[in-house]
Amino acid sequence: MIDRSFIGHEFAPVTAELEKGRLRFFAKATGNADPVYSDEAAAKAAGYPSLPAPPTFLFCMEMDRDDPMDFLDMLKIDLGRVLHGEQIFTYRAPVCAGDSISFRSRITDIYDKKNGALEFIVMDTECRNQDGVHVADMRRSIVVRNG
Amino acid sequence: MDIASAATGTEIGSLTADPVTRHMLALYCGASGDHNPIHVDIDFAKAAGMPDVFAHGMLSMAFLGRLLTQLAPQTSLRSFGARFTSITPIGAEIVCTAKFVERFEDAGEKCARLELIAMDKNSNDIKLAGEAVVALR
Repeated sequence: MIDRSFIGHEFAPVTAELEKGRLRFFAKATGNADPVYSDEAAAKAAGYPSLPAPPTFLFCMEMDRDDPMDFLDMLKIDLGRVLHGEQIFTYRAPVCAGDSISFRSRITDIYDKKNGALEFIVMDTECRNQDGVHVADMRRSIVVRNG
Repeated sequence: MDIASAATGTEIGSLTADPVTRHMLALYCGASGDHNPIHVDIDFAKAAGMPDVFAHGMLSMAFLGRLLTQLAPQTSLRSFGARFTSITPIGAEIVCTAKFVERFEDAGEKCARLELIAMDKNSNDIKLAGEAVVALR
């Protein structure tokens, strides 16, 4: 069983810069042919200052650090037993290439189902840009297969 | 189909993604920054008790995101959530659909709630079930 005393644990904030090349790579990898997500002129014509981060990309930015799964070591969980259970984004302001986003995450819940065969970790992340504007919130639920 | 005038339960859009290949997962691994080897390294996947590598849930969520931004500009997207209900194997053909659920007002803003499904055309299994809230102008 995962130590429930980690509920409320706050992680050190991480900051990531949003790069145009990375957004073009993401558009290619996800088959997104909409030029707004790869052609800066099209993005500007659509009213964005530069290429916008597509709806799920804040999750990717938060993973973009030296060891994004290091919390699994802290919680003594084997990476091979982890699945993504649920992901929720709440959007407050656009995020575009050139923005620098700070992610502040904490563990808000740990619980189990099926007599402990499955355990769930819920993490909430607040996202702010370089001007301190609260741009989005993320909730990530991770499933651990103990069976 | 116009979100502002759709009736409850109406399908307002769909998108079929290219079939999932190992190459697609390798590209998504690099582009997304999710380097979990279970999605790209069959040796790791087998050691973890899986028969093969499988797709990142967030890849199918990105397909749902593509559908959403086809239906409405991204600046009108207020929230987007999905549950990953089953593992997506190599070869899966993900079909994303959005249905209109309801119109409501949030802090003076007219919004629409959409129900989202990502299904594998090969198995008819639902892979992601979610919803989004879009502001109406």
